[in-house]
Amino acid sequence: MYAQLVETGLKKVRDVADMTPEEQAFQARIDADVKIEPKDWMPEAYRRTLIRQIQQHAHSEVVGMLPEGNWITRAPSLQRKAILMAKVQDEAGHGLYLYCAAETLGVSRDEMIADLHAGKVKYSSIFNYPTLTWADIGTIGWLVDGAAIMNQIPLCRCSFGPYARAMIRVCKEESFHQRQGFDIMLALCRGTDDQKAMAQDALNRWWWPSLMMFGPSDAESVHSAQSARWKIKLLSNDELRQRFVDQTAPQADFLGLRIPDDRLAWNEERGHYDFGEIDWQEFHEVIQGHGPCNRDRMRTRVKAWEDGAWVREAALAHAAKRAKREAKQAA
Amino acid sequence: MSSEWPLWEVFIRSQHGLAHKHVGSLHAPDAEMAVRNARDVYTRRNEGVSIWVVRSNDIVASSPDERDALFDPATSKVYRHPTFFPMPEEVKHI
Repeated sequence: MYAQLVETGLKKVRDVADMTPEEQAFQARIDADVKIEPKDWMPEAYRRTLIRQIQQHAHSEVVGMLPEGNWITRAPSLQRKAILMAKVQDEAGHGLYLYCAAETLGVSRDEMIADLHAGKVKYSSIFNYPTLTWADIGTIGWLVDGAAIMNQIPLCRCSFGPYARAMIRVCKEESFHQRQGFDIMLALCRGTDDQKAMAQDALNRWWWPSLMMFGPSDAESVHSAQSARWKIKLLSNDELRQRFVDQTAPQADFLGLRIPDDRLAWNEERGHYDFGEIDWQEFHEVIQGHGPCNRDRMRTRVKAWEDGAWVREAALAHAAKRAKREAKQAA
Repeated sequence: MSSEWPLWEVFIRSQHGLAHKHVGSLHAPDAEMAVRNARDVYTRRNEGVSIWVVRSNDIVASSPDERDALFDPATSKVYRHPTFFPMPEEVKHI
């Protein structure tokens, strides 16, 4: 998802027997659905896992602006341009809500950004694919934001108060993103043959990477099991992926587009769609930095950070000068 | 120079005359910029008609350790709630 393969640093799930009295009390609060707040006592592994998870999520929002920003100047009408700008602005906002939530756990903004730039912390694999045509912008809104909503709605109930509250704000805004994407697809699919072909081409390229967003099956993962106990992961990767396929397949039918999977079929018995095998090799390559756009994305982020340094410094110097002047006048 | 912009807590008053409510935080070099950034980050959809920003360092908070000492005394004083007093059915408007 926006946070993929989040490690807990633990080798096995903590049982009651392994826990100190403090940890037991902490787990009891989580089991009773009491929110954990920043100043409350928490196990170090919980704190570190959350910092990793929220940070990855924040970086994904910020890097996620790049593939879409690519199309702002080329959107097909003034209205589409204004809408896309508003959407990209929301992504920046989502990144900021999340960075603030992570900061309540005692990590600084600069540390998080330094970790991203040093490649120590990841962001979602999905943002390492290029946006080649306008239909890609429609597909991203429809599929990528659709997948994000699927993951983020349960996180509104997660155990850490600031993260849950940030997710509530994000979810309120996210359905605009998904609908604007579907609206673009609708316009293309109702347009000329060439426009419909463009929509199909975009779906062909984004379908599998969208399914990879949920991450590999985590039925056996210690990290996921521990995160589930801590209620910072509420549904498994496979459950979320299945929900996404079930929800999206009829939408593709409505658009008259074909999902590029020969094995996609409704399974009456299961009450779900069956679907084909995902190429996890590709996922791991992208996660490890070898996707089509990884280097370009990082280069762009680092350049933005470095080019903005003088602005950050000047604003701080100006604030310091003014504070000094005011202190002098008051004296 | 690598020092970060200070952190500010943001409070927004929504349309309907309610009190300012904490919505989150942000970094800004000074108070004026904090208000402008808060406008962009927290009120993109008419969420508010007024913004307060306060330096996070200036906020004094109760500690979770004192929770019981601070809040327990209220739990035994149920008579502070009107429902503590049963009223006869016949008595109206009370």
